[in-house]
Amino acid sequence: MTQEQTEAINTGQTESRNRALWRALGPPVIGAVIGFVIGALLILMAGANVQEAYTAMLRGAFGGSRQITETVLKAAPLLLVGLGLTVAFRARVWNIGGEGQFFVGALIGAVIALNFPDWPRPLLLSIMLLGGVVGGMLWAMLAGVMKIKWGVSEIISTLMFNYIAILLVQYMARGPLQEPGGYLPQSAQFVPEARLPLLFDSRIHAGVILAVILVAVVYGLLWATPLGFRLRMVGSRSSVARYAGVSVEKSILFVMAFSGGLIGLAGIIEVSTQLTRLKGDISGGFGFAGILVALLGRMHPLGVAIASILFAALIIGSESMHVVSGLPNSLADAIQAVIVLSVLAVDALARRRQK
Amino acid sequence: MLTKTNEPVVQMRGIVKRFPGVVANARVDFDLQPGEIHTILGENGAGKTTLMKILYGLHAADEGEIRLRGKPVSFTSARDAIAQGMGMVHQHFMLVNPFSVADNIILGQPSSRKPLMDDPKLIHQRIRTLSEQYGLIVDPEVEVGKLSVGQQQRVEILKTLYRGAEILILDEPTAVLTPQEVADLLPILHRLTEEGKSIVFISHKLDEVLKVSERITVLRDGEVVGVTPASDVNKADLARMMVGRDVILKVAKEPAQPKEARLQLTDVWVDSDRGLPALRGLNIEVRAGEILGIAGVAGNGQSELEETIAGLRKVKSGQITICDHDTTRSTPRDVGRFGLAHVPSDRYKMGLLPDFSVAENMFLQRIGESPFTQRGVLDWKAIHQQAQGLINAFNVRGATVNTPAASLSGGNAQKMILARELDRKPQVLIAAQPTRGLDVSAIEYVHSQLVEQRDAGLAILLISTELDEILALSDRIAVMYEGEIMGIVDAADADIDDIGLMMTGSKPTNGQTRGTL
Amino acid sequence: MDWSQVLQWGFVIALVTAGIRLAVPVLLAVLGEIITERSGILNLGLEGIMIVGAAGGFMTAYYLETGPLAGLAGSWSAWLGLGAGMLAGMAMGLLMAVLSITLHVDQVIAGVTLVLFGHGLADYFYRLQFSSLTARVTGLEQISIPLLSDIPVLGELLFRYDPTVYLTVFLVFLTWFFLFHTTWGLNIRSIGEHPAATETSGINVNLGRYAATLIGAGLAGLGGATLTVVQLGLFREGITAGRGWIAVALVIFARWRPGLALVGALLFGLADALQFRIQALSQVERGVGTLPYEFLLMLPYLLTLIALLYRRGRRDAPAALGIPYTQDSH
Repeated sequence: MTQEQTEAINTGQTESRNRALWRALGPPVIGAVIGFVIGALLILMAGANVQEAYTAMLRGAFGGSRQITETVLKAAPLLLVGLGLTVAFRARVWNIGGEGQFFVGALIGAVIALNFPDWPRPLLLSIMLLGGVVGGMLWAMLAGVMKIKWGVSEIISTLMFNYIAILLVQYMARGPLQEPGGYLPQSAQFVPEARLPLLFDSRIHAGVILAVILVAVVYGLLWATPLGFRLRMVGSRSSVARYAGVSVEKSILFVMAFSGGLIGLAGIIEVSTQLTRLKGDISGGFGFAGILVALLGRMHPLGVAIASILFAALIIGSESMHVVSGLPNSLADAIQAVIVLSVLAVDALARRRQK
Repeated sequence: MLTKTNEPVVQMRGIVKRFPGVVANARVDFDLQPGEIHTILGENGAGKTTLMKILYGLHAADEGEIRLRGKPVSFTSARDAIAQGMGMVHQHFMLVNPFSVADNIILGQPSSRKPLMDDPKLIHQRIRTLSEQYGLIVDPEVEVGKLSVGQQQRVEILKTLYRGAEILILDEPTAVLTPQEVADLLPILHRLTEEGKSIVFISHKLDEVLKVSERITVLRDGEVVGVTPASDVNKADLARMMVGRDVILKVAKEPAQPKEARLQLTDVWVDSDRGLPALRGLNIEVRAGEILGIAGVAGNGQSELEETIAGLRKVKSGQITICDHDTTRSTPRDVGRFGLAHVPSDRYKMGLLPDFSVAENMFLQRIGESPFTQRGVLDWKAIHQQAQGLINAFNVRGATVNTPAASLSGGNAQKMILARELDRKPQVLIAAQPTRGLDVSAIEYVHSQLVEQRDAGLAILLISTELDEILALSDRIAVMYEGEIMGIVDAADADIDDIGLMMTGSKPTNGQTRGTL
Repeated sequence: MDWSQVLQWGFVIALVTAGIRLAVPVLLAVLGEIITERSGILNLGLEGIMIVGAAGGFMTAYYLETGPLAGLAGSWSAWLGLGAGMLAGMAMGLLMAVLSITLHVDQVIAGVTLVLFGHGLADYFYRLQFSSLTARVTGLEQISIPLLSDIPVLGELLFRYDPTVYLTVFLVFLTWFFLFHTTWGLNIRSIGEHPAATETSGINVNLGRYAATLIGAGLAGLGGATLTVVQLGLFREGITAGRGWIAVALVIFARWRPGLALVGALLFGLADALQFRIQALSQVERGVGTLPYEFLLMLPYLLTLIALLYRRGRRDAPAALGIPYTQDSH
């Protein structure tokens, strides 16, 4: 190969790398802009001041160390759910049941926390986390088994399991696990040993670190292991994967278990650190917002990390906006969905251009 | 036959159609005389179908003019073309399988009592009349999916006639038919022209082109290379015009030196997706160093056979062995380990992942093995290195290790698959429809590779619905009909009529009383 | 709980009539989705479309009843609310159509995102307008069909409903007739089975899919509005409670047929009614041994899962369901 040829190839590579970067970042950036513009329209329709509302939102999310801490704490469960769903969606398994898996993970972890308060802390915490993982895992695998055994669409089954899981937790919180002598539908508070340790003298807890580590783990799984390669094969075209000797059934079970496990982990971490007790309503829609996080993050762990912070900021910031402008904080939900819808549209348009 | 001197019914002038990256039609002229059968000949990708889709209003030409009976027209949809008396029978039938014949025929037709559908009885009557007039007998009330391929083609032709077509475009109408069905089709075409219809016949099969047409327009790389009366040319002339060089019409090969049996199927029964028996007591054996060809019309169990051996379909009863391993219940992974490689019939549904890179596609089955994975982690450097080696060895053009497979041409995609399968050092190879949709040079390449591998001792099962390909490559030929092997003959003394008969379900009786259906 | 109460005539009649009423919103969505899916578009956004229809319908009816125009619309305010719900649903449907038909966005992803969008939007506008949750509308009056409604038992069971119930039953028939006896229906079914073949017959595939998606979303929006405007008279966050998803499941259960959709929706309605009734009974005599109401609330979702197990796979599904159509791909 001559010098010139090598150079040509090298510049070709940088060029295509730039283009790849643009293709990866362009749509989310444009999508976010469209999302906030439509959000501004919604604010105008309410007769409020856009600048005031958005400023409040920004300050609420990033205005100081307390706000940033809140945002990070909100981002952690979103990140865990988004990472789990990234693996599932990469295999084109549509686990829409994050909400349910979150609840079941929290439930199992809470049962452990409430029943073994005198276990040594490291043991109690690890068994709690493990319980959360296993709970979410099994709950998700139920839908996986129904899919591979009987061809039941996982989209609908995971959704039905959401409602069932939420009702189950509501019952447990006002029934068997209710705080003795209490009136509210909630369990007793966990002993301090059942709460994840805090770090840096702040409210940031070990779960945040765990979520960040899992970004690398998921990245490695998908692009550095044969297992991840096979999962992506299944997602690309399952008939080809089958031809090439991949067990599509096992892959479906695996991604269900993996995503459910991460989401269940998110559930128990949230209960252990933020609420410190089991309640009838614990999630605040992490299971659903996680879907959007995975999509906006383009099913790439780094993208998911960025998306989880953006969405956490939206959620936290919208509470300040609510206080300042009196606007409903559900504006955040609408903006989130608009951002993702715009990304989908921009993406599709870009693909058309290419063709 | 006399050259007709009337005004052409169709005139296409300077037609240009560009698709991203290719010019499908470059200033094509084409005339159709009334009552004539005019063939457009060209190899896959020469632009035949594109030209006809433009004429039929499915594509818009970028440049050029179309005149119908002397008047300029511009169609924006098939509806316009149909209204002007055009009808097209597509290569892949455009039939809605769960619908009845009648519903397929009236689809898109105005109803006399809109928005209600016309009275079914009336429709059925009209269809029956038309059927009898042209000798295209089908029951209008039966579900199209339950008809044979030949009958479905009749429905397609009836559909155009019902809609008042005067000009018929038949895109590769014989590709899916048995030799006998082809023989039945040709008189129907003549009957149509006698009734005043004009026919555009698209094909790449030289024999039938010479037999059926009055004039031939040859396309190559989107350009017209010649227009000639069929009586003025022979096969070799046409092949040269079509490909642009002399074509070896026969594959050069020595007689086979078969050795031990490597693949055996004993009384194998398998169900189709719809739960009906697809393979019925199949017995075949493929030996090292030979090519066994499976001939037959599409849909007679070929894809089930392919999938069954590859471990993709459940065997109901019987036994399969690959290199002395019982693989009756094996997974695709296991049969691969026992020495089977597989060039699948459906390249895009099975053979490759379009959004994966060429390098990734090269090692779909072996990604977890050394040297592609070291200590549980993918070694991308090794993957790219090995892939580059295969790209060079098999001359996969337009490919770097990072190119997505989607951007390869059909021929190069097939080379990539062939490279992957042969690099696995197989003992047995299933090559199913290995040249479907390829151009002549790619076909030549694939054929020579198969023969070379046979000579090196590979056992090859060739499944193809192209009878010419079976005849050119096989050492022995097994004819399949409705999931059964009707007979196995030596390629050396194979009689094409016998094979044709077996393809339609009659068993040979020692050649003595053949011909009694 | 005293089970003898459950088995009394009055209870059964109340149960069945409630079941029929509760079936209506879901059935409307199922009918719409059958039309949409028959054209090959899998619209999973139903839940979001229903809730936007529910919110749009409720708010319209509320303003016509209490706003500056109060009294002008009179008894028409509920009808106008239903119409508004339908239009709101169609607007959502248009979004789905642009994404899936024109832009070829993966239909599963587009649908799921649409649900979340619908929830956010409905909730935002509702909370913007209503600070307290006490707003109510009066809805539609029951129409007792003369003579027929006086038949003992049967009259009570079948002929004393608000107009939307009769309308929905009529729509079941109309949907069936539309799909199987009109040229439009033939075209739509053909598009869903084999779009390329349909295009070659001179039919505009994308136009048909847009129409089917808009009709389907309109019916789902109407279903949502029926729930809030006619049946409950109020709106809450998440009031559709998964009915859109259940509708998607019932389409499979019904094998894409309107008649079977009626059966499926009635089953769902009965489960829902049973759950309400037993809860009501349990509350009267809250004591030991009553089934916790959460488990009763699970009933419709469990039933949906069972229904999916009962009709598994997509054997009867339109062949091109969920697959984007491009002219060049054939």
